[in-house]
Amino acid sequence: MPRTAKGFAKAFGGWLFLTAVAGLYGLIALFNPVVVAEALASFESLLIRIVPVLVLVFGLLFLASLFLERKWLVRHLGKASGFGGWALAVVCGVLSVGPLYVWYPLLAELKGKGTSGALITTFLYSRALKLPLLPLMVHYFGLAYTVALSVCIIVFSVLSGLLMKKFAGIDVSEQEEGHVK
Amino acid sequence: MQASKVAQTAKQTAMTFAKTFPIVLGVLALASLVTTAIPPQSISEALPMESVFGPVFAAVVGSVAAGHPLTSYVLAGELTAAGASLATITALIVSWVTVGIVHLPAEAAILGTRFALWRNAISFVLAIMMAYVIAVLVPGMP
Repeated sequence: MPRTAKGFAKAFGGWLFLTAVAGLYGLIALFNPVVVAEALASFESLLIRIVPVLVLVFGLLFLASLFLERKWLVRHLGKASGFGGWALAVVCGVLSVGPLYVWYPLLAELKGKGTSGALITTFLYSRALKLPLLPLMVHYFGLAYTVALSVCIIVFSVLSGLLMKKFAGIDVSEQEEGHVK
Repeated sequence: MQASKVAQTAKQTAMTFAKTFPIVLGVLALASLVTTAIPPQSISEALPMESVFGPVFAAVVGSVAAGHPLTSYVLAGELTAAGASLATITALIVSWVTVGIVHLPAEAAILGTRFALWRNAISFVLAIMMAYVIAVLVPGMP
C-alpha cells in the first residue's frame, strides 16, 4: 500500500480522476439530465468502438515488454537513431488506429525503455494524417489541398519532435543512453 | 523463452492495464460529456471564423473538441461553405487530432505533466503555423 500522498496519487490517480468525472456527471444531471443521458449514450458507443483498439494496444504492450530489448530501442528509436528513427515514428503514427489516449500506455513503456521523447511526439503528431479518410478529404477540399496537407503533416510531425527536444527538455531516456551503451 | 518471464510480463501488462483503464474510461466519459454539452459546431458559430484570426479560433475549437476526426472534416466542410478560408479549416483539422485538452489529464498522468503540456502547446502553435503555410502552398483556393 502506498504510504505517501504522492504514492497514493500515483497508485490511485486514475480512479480518483474517474470518480471526479463521475461526480461531474452527477452534478450536471441535477441541472440537465437530458445532456447526461445523451453523453452516456455517446460514452457507450465510443467504448464499444475502442475495445478492439485497447486489445490491440495492450497486446502490443505485452509483446513489446516481452521481446523489445532496451538496447535495440535505444539504437533504433533513441536519440542517435537518425533518419531511420524519424521515418519509423512517422510511419507508425500514420498507420496507428484508434484514439490518441489509447496509445499512451504503450508509448510510456517504450519511453521507459529508451525511446526518444522527440520521436514519441513525432508519432503522436503524424497521427493527424488519416489514410482511410483521405478520399473524403479529396471529396471535400480537392486533391491539391489533400496532397499539400499530407506533406505538411509529415514535415511538421518531425518539426514537433525537434521543438520538443529543443524547448521541453523531455528526453530523459536520451540522458540515460550513456548508461546503456 | 522462459515461462516465468512470460508470466511476469503478463502480470506487468495486467497491472499497467488496471492502472490505465480508469484513466481511459474517465477521458472517454469526459470527451462524451464535452462533445454533448458543448458541440464544436456551436463554438465555431460563436467565433468569427471568416476573419484574419480564423485559424487561431479554429485551433481553439479543434483543441477543445474530442470527437472522431471525421466530424472535423464535416465541420470544416460547413465552415468552407460559410466562407471560412482553407487556412482556417487546416487549423481545425490538424488541432483536432494533435491537441487534446480533454485528453490532457490522461496524457499527463501516463507520459508526464511536462511532456503533455509542452507537446500540446507546441502542437497548438504548429497547427496555426501550418494553416498559414497551406494558405501559401494552395493559393488558388478560398
